Amino acid sequence: MSSAVAPGRSTNWVRGLARWEVLLALILAALVWIGSIVSPFFLTPGNFSNLTVAVIEVAIMALPMSLIVIAGEIDLSVESMVGLSSSVLGYLWAAGIPLWIGIPAVLVIGALGGLLNGLLVTRGGLPSLVVTLGTLALFRGLALVVLGPRSISQFPPEFTNFGFGNVPGTPIPWPLVVFTIVAVVLGLVLHRTWVGRQIFALGRNQGTARYSGVRVVRTKTGLFVLSGTIAALAGVILTARFASARADAGQGMTLTVVTIVLLGGVNIFGGSGTILGVVLAVFTLAVLENALRLANIAAELQSISVGLLLIVSVTVPNVARQAGQAFHRVRAGRSPPSGSIVPGE
Amino acid sequence: MISPTPPIASVIPSVSPEAAIPLRTELRDISKRFGATQAVDSVSLDLRSGEVHALVGENGAGKSTLVKVLAGIYAPDSGSIFLDGQRMVIRGPANARQLGIAVVHQEPSLFPDLSVAENVFLGHQPSGRFGSIAWGSMRTAARRLFEELDVRLDVASPVRGLSMADQQLVEIAKALSVEARVLILDEPTASLSAHEVDRLFAIARQARERGVAVLFVNHRLEEVFELSDRVTVLRDGRRVITADTSDLTTADLVRHMVGRDVTMFPKVATTAGEVLLEARDLTRSDAFMNVSFSVRAGEILGFAGLVGAGRTEIARVLFGIDRADSGEIRLAGQPVRFDSPAAALSNGVAYVPEDRHQEGLVLDFSIASNVSLPILPRLFPRLFVHRETERRLAADYAERLSVRSTGVDQLVGALSGGNQQKVLIAKWLATKPRVLILDEPTRGIDIGAKAEVHRIIADLAASGLAIILISSELPEVLAMSDRILVMHEGRITAELARADATEEQVMFAATGQQAHGDRPTAPVPTVD
Repeated sequence: MSSAVAPGRSTNWVRGLARWEVLLALILAALVWIGSIVSPFFLTPGNFSNLTVAVIEVAIMALPMSLIVIAGEIDLSVESMVGLSSSVLGYLWAAGIPLWIGIPAVLVIGALGGLLNGLLVTRGGLPSLVVTLGTLALFRGLALVVLGPRSISQFPPEFTNFGFGNVPGTPIPWPLVVFTIVAVVLGLVLHRTWVGRQIFALGRNQGTARYSGVRVVRTKTGLFVLSGTIAALAGVILTARFASARADAGQGMTLTVVTIVLLGGVNIFGGSGTILGVVLAVFTLAVLENALRLANIAAELQSISVGLLLIVSVTVPNVARQAGQAFHRVRAGRSPPSGSIVPGE
Repeated sequence: MISPTPPIASVIPSVSPEAAIPLRTELRDISKRFGATQAVDSVSLDLRSGEVHALVGENGAGKSTLVKVLAGIYAPDSGSIFLDGQRMVIRGPANARQLGIAVVHQEPSLFPDLSVAENVFLGHQPSGRFGSIAWGSMRTAARRLFEELDVRLDVASPVRGLSMADQQLVEIAKALSVEARVLILDEPTASLSAHEVDRLFAIARQARERGVAVLFVNHRLEEVFELSDRVTVLRDGRRVITADTSDLTTADLVRHMVGRDVTMFPKVATTAGEVLLEARDLTRSDAFMNVSFSVRAGEILGFAGLVGAGRTEIARVLFGIDRADSGEIRLAGQPVRFDSPAAALSNGVAYVPEDRHQEGLVLDFSIASNVSLPILPRLFPRLFVHRETERRLAADYAERLSVRSTGVDQLVGALSGGNQQKVLIAKWLATKPRVLILDEPTRGIDIGAKAEVHRIIADLAASGLAIILISSELPEVLAMSDRILVMHEGRITAELARADATEEQVMFAATGQQAHGDRPTAPVPTVD
């Protein structure tokens, strides 16, 4: 995936080393090293399992979110879809409907919620920020209607084991397997197929994309459907992990999802980013949170340090990139005489 | 500090008492260059108090540049501006207004959420106690202003709800709300109805009687004759003539406007085949009316006309971006209706848009990624992009069009305008179209690249493509096209065969004049 860059990038190796993904990997390695000093438990397989599972829903949702942000949109409603998914799953289970029906049903609900977002954005011509802010409230409200303040538990052990159990004989938790599959599939779609290329084109220049035959409505709606479905899946995983279905499940997750996406180097204005960067950002965040907890740092301080790291890491690459782009635009804008080539790039 | 009734300029500006002698505003040897284009080349122009001075010329003749110099929007590269014999440097639009130069721009640039009165007095609101805005006196003044203009408008209502014509009137009131010695009307009638044009003319005449110099920029020659005392013709950024309007005929004016010096274009060998694209009575409200034409394989059909005549709007319908209200499009005899560019594309219609940066190219994609963008699904039916295939294809087309670059991995944004245009054409050729629509394909590129693009277009026609060439450059349309359709305000006003077409005829039809010749105006049925 490392060579899977946005089309048109230089393959110059110096530039390659300066890539955001490399910096992230170094930060991650440094955090792992610090963690191993801070606590003897840090490098144990059990802890590895813990630290990834602790952020797994957010991590999974960050993957489709990356595609949406690259396409120039955003989906703020995901955390409420987690709650809606959890509520409906719990409600159906409590009503005696087996999970092999309940789980596909909530995934369909996720897809429909995403379809609603997508159609309002594409057909309605509304900004996704506004649309998904609205459905953020709408989906949470529906979740409360379905389940109210109660919580449903007594799920079967096979299901809850999927939430916090490991693949037999390994320290790899089941949800991490799901995350890996989604990451690989979306990484391939984004960086290896023409659908991904069209997503980049949409984010860079929607006018040109449209004039070039990119099906803007279809592509963007598809991305929102994907995001809704994955958010519903995250709701299923969360329910299994806590062995409990609640209407307030997932509250506050959207912010973390978006920060992971940005920490992963995805441009908030669309048009660039990699799945590899987002995966690295997931582990960076997971390791940081875990190390702080093992070091017994007060929860408030943990929160502050995570916040600071996110602000710094989101600001620095974006500011640097925008300055660089502005510089190139200025140079490209000055039209040189025909036949001459602007040096660089 | 307190000025409850602030000094408001008398509504229709009047000459100050000491200026019994005619005031003069003079532009002397003004030049302005943009990149490779000399937009205005040593132009002199004098505006007399109490005259309406018309400024005419083809698209790109330099009219707007000259107006913007006078309005303080552009600083001239050389030359000077004299007001009453005194040399002035205009330091921006606000300064121009202080000097009494008021501009009514073609596109109203008002604040839609502010009221009419606020828009009129924006920047010089009457102030009340402690520098607050004296709302009451502002509204009263605005009301008085519109009364004198004989316009009924609610000055307290927001501009958003107003019609285009009313917004134009607000612009005029805004221009007249300060003491003006020069009133510039930049193509003010484009969005007005006949009645509103009459009212505007009455306002212009009123201003003239008060001693204001009115500079009237216009394409419509009949209006020039109706209103102006003198006229200046620009061509290729130079002044051709300034004369009393009464000394000129329409034919004189057109002759002065056309006849630009240009390099030769390659001639086209005409081997027209079957009709590939045909439009019948195509209509889209507010864009074009009852447009019928056809293009044959191997033929270049030129669309001439002034900016805003409706040519791009037709292209957008043919390419599936917009939809026609009525009428029919046939492709190789079959009626078609494209609901998206993707549909047009898969039926072999390609459109090279005018705006390279917003509609044509992704500047920070490589040449290869740009060329392959429209045909990705066709090229890679199994979803996965094969880079080498893509690069080879792009390299092939880049070579055919002699794109100069460091290779197909170079970012398009780093190329010169001419080479960007060639990449854009390459991109659409790679779709293997049957019908190619080119919208201003040589705009903003230098002479050398222009000639190359012309050669490419001629070669494409020779290879059997049906080509629609939209161009505002008369010599280009005349040299490249086998047939020329001329549009004026959404209608086809002339259809000329290559052999018969002259710049005069095209300009006559493009400005809505009765063509002198045997061609009728109004929609012409296709010859096929």
